[in-house]
Amino acid sequence: MKNQPVHQGRLKTPFYSRLSQLDTVNEWHEWKGYSSANALYCEDMEYFAIRNATAVFDLTPMTKYRIAGPDALDYLNRLVTRDMAKIRPGRVAYAVWCDDQGQVIDDGTIFHLREGEYRLCSQERHFAWLQAAAIGFDVTLTHETEDVAALAVQGPTSFSVLNTMGIEGLEELKPFGLTHCEFEGSDLMVSRTGFTADLGYELWIDPDKAEALWDALFEAGKLFGIRAIGTDALELARIEAGFLAAHMEFLPADETVRTGRSRSPLELGLDWLVDFKKPNFNGRRALAEEKRNGSTWRLVKLDIEGNKPAHHSYIFGKEKGNKGEIGFITSAAWSPVCKQNIALGTVRTPYGKPGSSVWVEIYYQREMHWNRKMAQATVVDKPFWFPPRRGATPPGPY
Amino acid sequence: MKTYDAIVVGAGHNGLTNAAFLAKAGLDVVCVEKNDYIGGAAVSRNLYKDWWYSNCSYVCSLLRPEIYRALELHKHGLQVTPYGGSVTFMQNGDYFGSYHDEEVAYREMARFSRHDADAYKTYSADTMRQCRFIRDFLLSTAPDPTSFKPRDIKELIRIGGKFLAMGEDRMYDTIRFWTMSVAEYLDEYFETDVIKAAFSGSGIIGTALGIHSPGTAYVLLHHYMGDVDGNVGSWGFARGGMGAVSNSIASAFQAAGGELRTEAGVGQITVKNGKVTGVALQNGDEISAPVVVSAMDVKRTFLTCMDKNDLPASFHNRVENFKIRGSSGKVNIALDGLPTFPALPEGSSLHHSDMHFIDSMERMERAYDDWKDGTWSKDPYIDMVIPTLSDPTMAPPGKHFMSCFVQYCPYQIDGRAWTSEEKDAFGNAVIDQISNYSPDFRDLILHAEIRTPQDIEAEIGITEGNIFHGELTMDQLLFNRPLPGYAQYRGPVGGLYMCGSSTHPGGGVMAAPGANAAREILADLKRPNTVPENFGDD
Repeated sequence: MKNQPVHQGRLKTPFYSRLSQLDTVNEWHEWKGYSSANALYCEDMEYFAIRNATAVFDLTPMTKYRIAGPDALDYLNRLVTRDMAKIRPGRVAYAVWCDDQGQVIDDGTIFHLREGEYRLCSQERHFAWLQAAAIGFDVTLTHETEDVAALAVQGPTSFSVLNTMGIEGLEELKPFGLTHCEFEGSDLMVSRTGFTADLGYELWIDPDKAEALWDALFEAGKLFGIRAIGTDALELARIEAGFLAAHMEFLPADETVRTGRSRSPLELGLDWLVDFKKPNFNGRRALAEEKRNGSTWRLVKLDIEGNKPAHHSYIFGKEKGNKGEIGFITSAAWSPVCKQNIALGTVRTPYGKPGSSVWVEIYYQREMHWNRKMAQATVVDKPFWFPPRRGATPPGPY
Repeated sequence: MKTYDAIVVGAGHNGLTNAAFLAKAGLDVVCVEKNDYIGGAAVSRNLYKDWWYSNCSYVCSLLRPEIYRALELHKHGLQVTPYGGSVTFMQNGDYFGSYHDEEVAYREMARFSRHDADAYKTYSADTMRQCRFIRDFLLSTAPDPTSFKPRDIKELIRIGGKFLAMGEDRMYDTIRFWTMSVAEYLDEYFETDVIKAAFSGSGIIGTALGIHSPGTAYVLLHHYMGDVDGNVGSWGFARGGMGAVSNSIASAFQAAGGELRTEAGVGQITVKNGKVTGVALQNGDEISAPVVVSAMDVKRTFLTCMDKNDLPASFHNRVENFKIRGSSGKVNIALDGLPTFPALPEGSSLHHSDMHFIDSMERMERAYDDWKDGTWSKDPYIDMVIPTLSDPTMAPPGKHFMSCFVQYCPYQIDGRAWTSEEKDAFGNAVIDQISNYSPDFRDLILHAEIRTPQDIEAEIGITEGNIFHGELTMDQLLFNRPLPGYAQYRGPVGGLYMCGSSTHPGGGVMAAPGANAAREILADLKRPNTVPENFGDD
């Protein structure tokens, strides 16, 4: 019998048939081996679907692991920096996990599906590390990226869409909550989570039911402005929300080659996720030492004067007479919803305290010619976009 | 009689590189070669009809781009094209492939182990970190740690600084890495036997060591630290075969006014009053020059081509004990067509990749056991490439040239010379191994050249046919290469220099030893330097 080769091109998610029907611009990129749309018809309009109506994003390529067994909680508490005992069944936690040097390997969300059963979602793939960290624990780790189809349904009318679809119990579902219901005989998990800092949900289902779920969703969303979106629009919403992205705001520590290119949770503004009171966890010792001695870097959210996005810019301490840069921008955008010039960046401590000012060197091109501008920026400590509707329970109809 | 400024002995790629940089500095240089062709072990030989054989070295990655650029080798006919992918055939009928596309490569590893597929990125990062550390030293002279000369101290401080900058944990890792075995190194990342076996080959190619021998992790690095156009770790083919490398350097040398003399084997390097005076050729001719640069390995240079009385006794003793052991053979084959490999899926890119036939760590080590027993591996490790898949110049259309590099193959059989029957049996072991996975292979063979270390020594001149001119173990690397106290290309006699692969940074078609030696010679002669500095990894 002839051996079968592994799939050679890009994989298609279970929603590909529906996405490709809506696609008019043919702009795709690779996301962990899958074809993922940059945009489907117009990035700007797709963005406003997130902020004004309902946007649907295919997040199936997101890496997913199932963690189950008697020691699942103890294992997770060993793995991540926050106290997972506080995350009850039906709740979701944002978490980071570190190597023994206290450097962030990745961030992600951990869904407490049922008592003692969890799903961990992350940008990168970590099976080797998850297994290494599992020594001595009675847990089963299963890679289930391909086994679960997932959609983000985000925007002010998303509750109405799902309600119209007949999903019950969403009135009581708070942010970071999850609920299970039945969809065509399969378990449909709905979590009130997302990457947009807006009202929004994520739907998780058996890949065989993916197309049916999509169709039901879009049928229900007809009157609520539902739109499929690509990664570009989501990325803009992500920056407005001030969320970190792997390979943008930090590099997975187990992939860095050069010294000093990884970041600790403390350097990423995630102190609130590090719980020194709980039992030992990976990176604890190094993080305790960093806590005592101070960090090298600080993640900053910047509100920058003017309207020129500060892509790839250096950050300086002063407008003039600098001896060198103090850091650089990692993500930047003009925020259409805030009408602000926003950015995330990394600066050396002690620079970057909330409320302080830094300067950003912005290069921008107009009709072939390049211009340079030093723009003053204020360090802010809250997300740029965080509307009351995001947390309203029960959610409003739109 | 004419006196040259310098004589370079041996027209291999290092000798030619050295000669080219000296000539570019305005020196009157002659490069002498014992064979009637140039190139040493970087040659393309026309051994059968219209076929050109890369019959010694066969792939190109280590050749320093700084040298390529400084000598403008593209103007002298050199073109290096990358090739990708490899496959390891398994005894159970399966195979393990590696692909150029990162995600396809991931899927293939995940077919065996999800753990290994995910561990690969960490393995790559850790290996790349070591590559970056060593790559920085390739185009510079290794500092002498016992010296108080400002340049040595400065360079030691630079290396120390780089080392300290790695941080505590990575410093420990680095020290371990330089001394551990490739098997132990791979065990830290992977669980799948065939994946480890596939990766371990780079740890033993060209060495008389097994995958469990300390020091072989570094050998793996030696095969990863090269690059093609900045893609560290990738390999390429020289268009026209490896002779294109030597020929282009020779052309650059001649364009700079240098003189090449073939069929001019050196009988002795002549010395008077502690200084070299030139060379006496085997044909009786004498050439005089105040500078003699040997591109031969250290044993051949000092034990064969010099009078023992001209050398310090302890030096002579150490040269005798220098580890340079025959461990590898080659089988070069002209093919009537492309052999098929039924285990591979139709249309797979793996048909065009580097091929290997050992699927377990146990078999890798057993292959070495045969060598220790004084014979060739009965189940040999073969690094098989078919350059004609991408190079139209080496064989007629539709026909192919196949290069099989073989581990292990001893210099002698049970301490005596090879018989022709044994040599044939060695060739058959290789052909049988490939035939196990390609039923039509044997019938396509038009001509095969079988080369044992003994043959390579006899023809190319490298002691025991060791491709690296001496083992790449810590005791013979950096400031220890070839010998402590003699690592800066100067011999123990005034005006005598070494520029072959026995010197830092070692073997492979890198040209760095030749270039580094030229920089030292030009400094001694107070001539302007023509040798480029390291581009440097940022």
